[in-house]
Amino acid sequence: MKRRQFLAALPAAALAAAGCVDSRSHTHSVYMLVDTSGTYAQEAGKAQVIINYLLGSLQAGDSLAVARVQSRSFSEKDIVAKATFDSRPSQENAQKRAFRERIENSFRAVSGSRYTDITGGLIQGAEFLNETGAGSKTIIVFSDMQEELDKVTQRDFPISLKGIRVIAVNVVKLKTDNVDPRKYMGRLEAWQKRVETAGAREWRVINNLDRLDAILARG
Amino acid sequence: MSSQAWMIWPDNFAVSFLVMALLAMAFMYAARMPMHGLLRSVGHAVSGPLRMAARWLLAAAAEVQARNKAVLLAHGKHEVGQRVEREFERLGVIVQRELQGYPALQRKLLDEITRIEEDYKKCGEVPPPPPEWTEAVAAVANVKTGGNELVLRVLEEIKRSITSIHDKTLADYRRAYERRHKILESFMPFWRSVDKNLVQVEQNMARLQANVRTVDAHMAIYEQINEGTDKAQHALTVSAFTQFATSLLVMVVAAGGAFINFKLIALPMSEMVGAGDYITQSLRTSEVAALVIIFVEASMGLFLLESLRVTHLFPRIANLNDRLRTRMLWIALTLLVILAGVEAALALMRDMLIADKQALLQTLSSVQPIASDSWMSSIPTAGQMLLGFILPFALAFIAIPLESVIHSGRTVGGVFVLALLRSLAFTLRVLGNVARQMSRVLVRLYDVVIVVPLMAERMWKGSRSERPSKLDVDVDLERTHA
Repeated sequence: MKRRQFLAALPAAALAAAGCVDSRSHTHSVYMLVDTSGTYAQEAGKAQVIINYLLGSLQAGDSLAVARVQSRSFSEKDIVAKATFDSRPSQENAQKRAFRERIENSFRAVSGSRYTDITGGLIQGAEFLNETGAGSKTIIVFSDMQEELDKVTQRDFPISLKGIRVIAVNVVKLKTDNVDPRKYMGRLEAWQKRVETAGAREWRVINNLDRLDAILARG
Repeated sequence: MSSQAWMIWPDNFAVSFLVMALLAMAFMYAARMPMHGLLRSVGHAVSGPLRMAARWLLAAAAEVQARNKAVLLAHGKHEVGQRVEREFERLGVIVQRELQGYPALQRKLLDEITRIEEDYKKCGEVPPPPPEWTEAVAAVANVKTGGNELVLRVLEEIKRSITSIHDKTLADYRRAYERRHKILESFMPFWRSVDKNLVQVEQNMARLQANVRTVDAHMAIYEQINEGTDKAQHALTVSAFTQFATSLLVMVVAAGGAFINFKLIALPMSEMVGAGDYITQSLRTSEVAALVIIFVEASMGLFLLESLRVTHLFPRIANLNDRLRTRMLWIALTLLVILAGVEAALALMRDMLIADKQALLQTLSSVQPIASDSWMSSIPTAGQMLLGFILPFALAFIAIPLESVIHSGRTVGGVFVLALLRSLAFTLRVLGNVARQMSRVLVRLYDVVIVVPLMAERMWKGSRSERPSKLDVDVDLERTHA
């Protein structure tokens, strides 16, 4: 028996010795936060375009989750749909179709929330991504990045986004930003600082939806 | 450290330099002999090992050349021997097939010729004219009738008899000729048969002669190889290079086929082994699985051709008894057919997966897919399936160029190794000589630098005696050494 085991292990050992076996995870996990607060809820159509792009680009073994940013977003209940795509291409396609339908149904009647808890969504997203154990982790924040919290909600503490890429997409300018553009710049700088302090691998802002390929650029 | 530290008088560069030069010259003059010796020793120390290495490389090259020649001639001998053997087999078959019935054919020919001769003789027998009759007729014709009625009646009777006999004889004569003509007519098939048989014999002989000529040519080559002539070696080397290049070209083409094959089955393999596993950074397990299938197909093809004794890469297979070999042949063929079937199915699955993915992407991009039920849309699917089935069999034949590359690669590699060894030997020899000459140049340069004290020494010694100075002796020594 031992001899058999040895003989069976020989090829594997040879491969390992040659450095051929790559034990690292090559999968990609994406967590997308969609802001549905206030007037930004009208942008939900654009969010679907991004989700469709992600569904078309993610491959077998990759994970995708879409969650809403509400008044308090640190909750699994805010996740609209999530899936880890099957390693078999045929099943993967079926999963993607189901995912798309679910997203369509969810975004059909979006009701805007009163407050915007982006930080809570980020913490929830980081938790989800770390659980997937993927090799590459990305949080997409589809929001104007204007966080508004009620008086009870506490988010003023350091968060951990270690090894995660954070991409802010479609960061629209508010009326006040138009009056004083420094507010817009300042808001983005503040988020960049916060995300980088949290240990994120990358911070990026993509406002041109024709350049979505940068979202999944694997570093 | 300052750049003026060497100056004796820091403010005066020229004087400092002059003094330093004089001091250096004096020191160098004092150290002249040991320095010459040192330079020569260094030259020898560098050139000696280089020349030795060059000699060793040349000896190694000679050994490699001898080994190459032995291998090449042995291989050539084996090849030509096999070819001669095959030619003899072919000759044997021709002789057995065409000439084993030769005695019977000859007998038949002789019989036919004898019959023709006899018939010909028969044809030649013309009925002899009746001389007595003619004389009798002439005698009767000379009889004087004298108006005698009896004589006239007798003559009339004779004339009538003769005329009737003449008519009868003429009819007999004509019948005889008719018979002879019929005999002659019956000759024709025999003549044709004889002619055909003779042409057949001539053709057989010509073919035999051509084959014998081929055997002669092969035997001449065999003899040359056996004698180990340079001509034979050159011819075999050129042949090996040609074979190597041709086989390599065929293998490149086969590699293209293998790549297409890989493309056909890599995607559907992910349906079987999963698409998420990676062996290296960019190499998926499904791709490796597809590669393995292709290699297995090539191996099965190799075993198939080995079992058919087309290739001879595995002597163990060639030495198997016929029963085992046939079994192996069928097993390899069966596996190859199964793998070809699997590939055809995978090619179909690939098409379905791509179509499904395309449909999904169209749904995601909110572009309505254009429905196409045309029979033309099924052509690529059928083509892929056909390719998937055919390519494994095409790949099976890679064993033939592979064997050729392996066999000719020994010769080609040997020639390149030989060229490399010789080039290295030449380079080392050149470097050795350069080192040696450099030591001599340095000795001369050394003397050039201290030319002033040397001239002073020569003048001083010249004034003391007429004997050859130490410098002259040194120069002579240099010449002798050179």
